[in-house]
Amino acid sequence: MITNMLYSLGGLLLFIMGLFALIACSHPLRKILAVNVMATGVFLILIATAYKQAGAGEIDPVPHAMVLTGIVVSVSVTALALILACRVQETSNRSLSQQRKNDFTGAGE
Amino acid sequence: MTARSTQNKRKRFDPVLLLVLLLIVFLTGLLVQVILATDYLGSGLGDDVARFQDLSGVESPVTAVLLNFRGYDTLLEVMVLLMAVVGVWSLTRAPFPKKPIEPGPIQLAVVRLLAPLMVLFSFYLVWQGSHLAGGAFQGGAVLGGACVLMLVSELPWLKNISSRFLRIGLLSGPLVFLGVAILCIVLQGTLLDYPQEWVGTLLLLIETACAVSIGLTLACLFAGGRPKDDLSGGRKR
Amino acid sequence: MISFDDPSWIVIPIILPLAAGLLCFLTRRWAFAFSLAASLGNLLASGILLKQLLSVGPLSYNVGNWKAPLGIALRIDGPAILMLLMTAVTGLGITLYARGYFSFRISGQKKIGRHERQERFFWPLWMTLWASLNGLFLSADLFNLYVTLELISIPAVALAALSGKPASQIAAFRYLLVSLLGSLSYLLGVVFIYRTYGVLDLALLGSKTASGAGIGAALALMSVGLLLKTALFPMHFWLPPAHANALAPVSAILSALVVKASFYLLFRLWFDVFASTITEPALNLLGTLGGVAIVWGALQAIRQQRLKLLVAYSTVSQLGYLFIAFPLAYLEKGADIWAAVIFMALAHSCAKSAMFMAAGTIFLHAGHDRINDLAGVRSYLPVTVFAYAIAGVNIMGLPPSGGFIAKWLLISSSLNSSQWWWGLIVMAGSLLASVYVFRVVSRFFVIPEGYHVPDRQPHSPLLEWPALVLALVALLLGLIAPYPLHILETGSSLFAMVSQKGLLL
Repeated sequence: MITNMLYSLGGLLLFIMGLFALIACSHPLRKILAVNVMATGVFLILIATAYKQAGAGEIDPVPHAMVLTGIVVSVSVTALALILACRVQETSNRSLSQQRKNDFTGAGE
Repeated sequence: MTARSTQNKRKRFDPVLLLVLLLIVFLTGLLVQVILATDYLGSGLGDDVARFQDLSGVESPVTAVLLNFRGYDTLLEVMVLLMAVVGVWSLTRAPFPKKPIEPGPIQLAVVRLLAPLMVLFSFYLVWQGSHLAGGAFQGGAVLGGACVLMLVSELPWLKNISSRFLRIGLLSGPLVFLGVAILCIVLQGTLLDYPQEWVGTLLLLIETACAVSIGLTLACLFAGGRPKDDLSGGRKR
Repeated sequence: MISFDDPSWIVIPIILPLAAGLLCFLTRRWAFAFSLAASLGNLLASGILLKQLLSVGPLSYNVGNWKAPLGIALRIDGPAILMLLMTAVTGLGITLYARGYFSFRISGQKKIGRHERQERFFWPLWMTLWASLNGLFLSADLFNLYVTLELISIPAVALAALSGKPASQIAAFRYLLVSLLGSLSYLLGVVFIYRTYGVLDLALLGSKTASGAGIGAALALMSVGLLLKTALFPMHFWLPPAHANALAPVSAILSALVVKASFYLLFRLWFDVFASTITEPALNLLGTLGGVAIVWGALQAIRQQRLKLLVAYSTVSQLGYLFIAFPLAYLEKGADIWAAVIFMALAHSCAKSAMFMAAGTIFLHAGHDRINDLAGVRSYLPVTVFAYAIAGVNIMGLPPSGGFIAKWLLISSSLNSSQWWWGLIVMAGSLLASVYVFRVVSRFFVIPEGYHVPDRQPHSPLLEWPALVLALVALLLGLIAPYPLHILETGSSLFAMVSQKGLLL
C-alpha cells in the first residue's frame, strides 16, 4: 500500500517538475523533454492505479493498456515535435545567414 | 530572440519565475492531497476483464483489452502513429549524407549478426503476446530497433528504398485493422465484433500487420523525413 | 444488408474519412476523388443518423459488442448530431475549396515544388483529422476521448506547419506544445477519475458522480487542458499566429472545426457528466474570461493590419460567446442549455470558414493581405467579397443570421436569469465586431480614383463559390432556427435515459 502510494506521488512529482521545466526553459529541446517527463509521470500514476484497483493478487489490465496507448502517442508526438523544432532551427538559421550575407555585401539582392 | 531575453532575465533573478514556482508548489500540495484522498472507491475493470477473458480469443489480459475490449482505441492509436509519419514527411526530406560513409568492419559485422536476430525476436514477441506479456507494440519496437541499427550504420541501399514500398509497409497495419473492423460489420453487424471461431487468428493477423507498420513507423521517424523519391512521381515529371 | 435503420450507420462518419485518409496517403493521384467521396458519404450518413435520431431518440452503439464499463460506447444525442452535421457541411465546403486552392497554386508554377508537396500531404491529414473530429463528437468514453483529442492535434499541427514558412512552423511548434500540455492535463484528470470510480464511460460516470476532492481536481485538470486547446482568453496566445500563418483551407479547418471539438467536450463534461460537481464561482470565472475574450479579441482584431490575422483574432473574440453561456446555462436548467451554444458553434463554423476562404482567395489574387492596400478587390473578385460580407453579417449577429439567433438566445436568457451584465457584454461585442467587419468590407467596395483593374486570373469556380454557399448557410440558419431546436429537444437527456435502462453486463 505504502509503496503503491510512493509510486503515485513520484509520478505526480515528475508531472509537476515537467510542468515547471516546460514553463521555465526556453530551449525547444528542453521543452520537448519536459513534456516527456510530464507524460512519464502520468503513466507512473496510471500503473500504480492498476496495482491498487484489484487489491491483492490480480492486477487491473485496463490501465496497462491505457499506458501502452499513451506511450505510443507520446513517442509519435515527440518525434513530430523534434523534427518540427529542427525545421524551425534550420529555417531561422538560413534566414539569419542570408541576412548576414546581405548586411556584408551591402544592399542585398 | 525570446530565448536570449529569458536567459538574461534568469541571471538577474526573474520575479515571474518565482511566482510560477510558488504557484507550482501550491499546485503540488493540492494534487498530493487529492492523491492521498482518492483511495480506491471503485473496483476497477479487472474483474470484468477476467470474466470475459475466455471470449476474447487470447490468454493475456492486456492483449485482450488492447485488441478486443478496447480495440477501437488501438485502431485510432495506430492512426496516431501513421499521422506522425505523415506529419514528419510533410515537413522535410530525410537528411541522408551526400557521400556514402563506409561503416567500419566491426559495426557491419554486428549489424549483420544482430539485425536478423532482432527481426526474429520481434515476431516471437508478437506471437507470444497472445498468452504472455508482449504483442504488436513490443514486437514493433524491437523491429524498429533493428531498422534504426541499420540506419545508423548508413547502409547505402537504405536511402534508395522506394517511397511506394515504404508507404505500403506503413499502411499495412492500419489497413488490415480497418479492413478487419469493416469485415466485422459485414459478418457480425457490429464494428470490431470478431466472429468467435476466427477471433484468435484475426487478432494474430492484426498484431503482425501492426507490428510491421509500427517498426517501419519508428524507423521512418528516426530517419526524420520523406524518402527522396516521394514527390517525383505524379503528373509533372 | 444496407437498411436505413441499421445501427451501424453510427460508425460510418468515423471509418469513412479514416479509410479515405489511408488511401490518400497510398496513392496521390486519386486523393481528391477519395476525399470527395468520403465527404459526400459522411454527409449522407449524418443525414441518416439524424433521421434515426428523430424517429427513435438518442442512439447508442457498443463497439465490438462489449457493453459499457468494459467496452467503448458511441452515442448520439441532439448536440452530437448537430455537431456532426456542422462538420459534414463545413468539411464538404472546405474539401471543395481546397481542391480549387491547390490546383490554382499548382497551375501557376513550372517545376515540382512546395505546392505539390502541400497538396500531397494535405489530403491524408485532413481526412484523418475529420475522422477524429467525428470520433470525438460520438465517443462516450473518457479515455477514448483522449485518443481522439491526440488524433485531432497531430494532424492539426502538421497542417498548420504545411505552408513551410518559418513563421508558420514556429507557430505550429508552439501549438503542438500547448496542445500536448492540454492533452496531458486532460489525461491526468482521467487517471484521477479512474482511480476514484474505476469506470470510464460517461453515462455511468454521470449516474455515479457525487462531489469530492478527487472529482473536483479531476474536472479542474480536464477543464484546464480543454481550455488550453479551445484558446480561452489568457490561453489564446497560440491561436492567432497558428491560424493566420497556415494555408487558407487549413486556417478554415482550424478555426471553424478544431477549436469547437475541445469546447464541445468541455461543455458536455460540465453539464452532462459532472453537473453535480460544478460550482457557481467556477461558472462565473469561465463567463468572465469569456467576456474578456470577446472584448480583447475584438479590440485586437480592430488593430490588425493583415486580413488573416484580423479573422484569427475574431475567432478569439467569438469563442468568448461560447463561454458566456456557462453561467447562463447553469441557472437556466432544461433542454435549451445547449441551444445558444450549439447555434453559436454552427453559425461561427460556417461563417468563419467562409471568411478564411475568402481571405485566402484574396491573398492568392492580390499576392498579399494588407488591409490598407486591398481597395477595389470587388472589381475582380465580386463573389468572394460578397461571401466575406455575408459572413461578416453573421459575425456581427445581424438578423436573420444564425449568429443573431445565438446572441438573441444569450441575451434573453441573461435577462431571464437576471444576470443582465452578460447581455451587455454580448451587445458590446457585436458593436466591436461591426467595427472590424466594416473596416474591411468598406475597403473592399470602395474603388479609388484612377484605379487600374488588374487582369482577372483564370481560376476554377471552386475557389469562390464554396465560401459563398457556406456564408449563405450560416445566414439561412436563422430562418430555420426552430428545426435545430427541435432536434435538440428530441435528443436531450440522453444520459438520464441510458442510465435508467442499465448498462451493466
